[in-house]
Amino acid sequence: METSVETPPRKVNVAEAPEGHTGEGFFATKLDKVIGLARKNSIWPLPFATSCCGIEFMATMASHYDFARFGSERVSFSPRQADLLMVMGTIAKKMGPILKQVYEQMAEPRWVVAVGACASSGGIFDTYSVLQGIDQIIPVDVYVPGCPPRPEQIIDGLMKIQDLVHNESLRRRNSPEYKALLESYGIKTMDN
Amino acid sequence: MTTNETILSKLKENFGEKITNPDLQYGILSVSTDHEHIIKVLQFLRDDQELQFGFLTDLCGLHYPHRDHKFEVVYHLHSFRNNIRLRVKLPLHGDAPHAPTATGLWSSANWMERETYDFFGIIFEGHPNLKRILNVDEMTIFPLRKEYPLEDNTRKDKNDELFGRDPKLIRADL
Repeated sequence: METSVETPPRKVNVAEAPEGHTGEGFFATKLDKVIGLARKNSIWPLPFATSCCGIEFMATMASHYDFARFGSERVSFSPRQADLLMVMGTIAKKMGPILKQVYEQMAEPRWVVAVGACASSGGIFDTYSVLQGIDQIIPVDVYVPGCPPRPEQIIDGLMKIQDLVHNESLRRRNSPEYKALLESYGIKTMDN
Repeated sequence: MTTNETILSKLKENFGEKITNPDLQYGILSVSTDHEHIIKVLQFLRDDQELQFGFLTDLCGLHYPHRDHKFEVVYHLHSFRNNIRLRVKLPLHGDAPHAPTATGLWSSANWMERETYDFFGIIFEGHPNLKRILNVDEMTIFPLRKEYPLEDNTRKDKNDELFGRDPKLIRADL
């Protein structure tokens, strides 16, 4: 006897449209909102992994936690095509200038997440050879605590970044405040 | 068979009074000598037909802030032929101690001496490239000397009282 199994219609998740005016054949909204929506769901991360937090990130990327769900399928190992610098692990002082160079090679707009205690504050390595948090050399948008953080926490950090990306004004990167921030780190801005 | 006794008697035979402080720890013989004789002693140990200490396992520094000879260089030797190990110590005077380089005997001493210079500031005379190897080039201290704090000195957020320690007492013993 043949049995037929009815498969339910496959649900496809689609990003919600931003607020706007809609009518027959048109939809009007702000450019900021559209760009934010597109950027939010296509963040290309650059993993800068130096230790155990990097191993947790590998689990985050793998099928069980599936980082690709957030539009981050394409992990960029070139800073030139990356949007998000994910620093995962202890950064020794000798590594500092290299990390800063990687950040400088990224095109605007760029975001940074410090994953784990070491990248955020030096962690247990309060010693002469370890940088006491990457925010001493580059600006950081989101800090993920944990030693190491679980994949859920890393995903939460990414979702916080998504919120920032979604709501960021297109003018932010040209603002005097942002330029002052970069200059305080001695990082060249787009103008000079 | 080569034993610690035969090593010591051979050294005494060839260098006499210049071999001091023979000591046995964990089954490994340790002897001291001085700046003038260290290279000769090492060369003898390496080239002697019976001993054949051909391998320099490690070379490192020590800091004893209370002693007359504040610094020491320790050479860990290994004779594969006899399956026996030996420590040779070189106590050094002064705050900017000088030791002769062993790169002429073992090329592997090159990086080990750079490391010892990097962490203790021991200057190896005749070293082909004596500069820092592990720490950042801009570092101005020799971090494993006892007078320097182990902790990072750029942090301003740490209250010593919350860590149960009196900042005045931490360095008082030095």
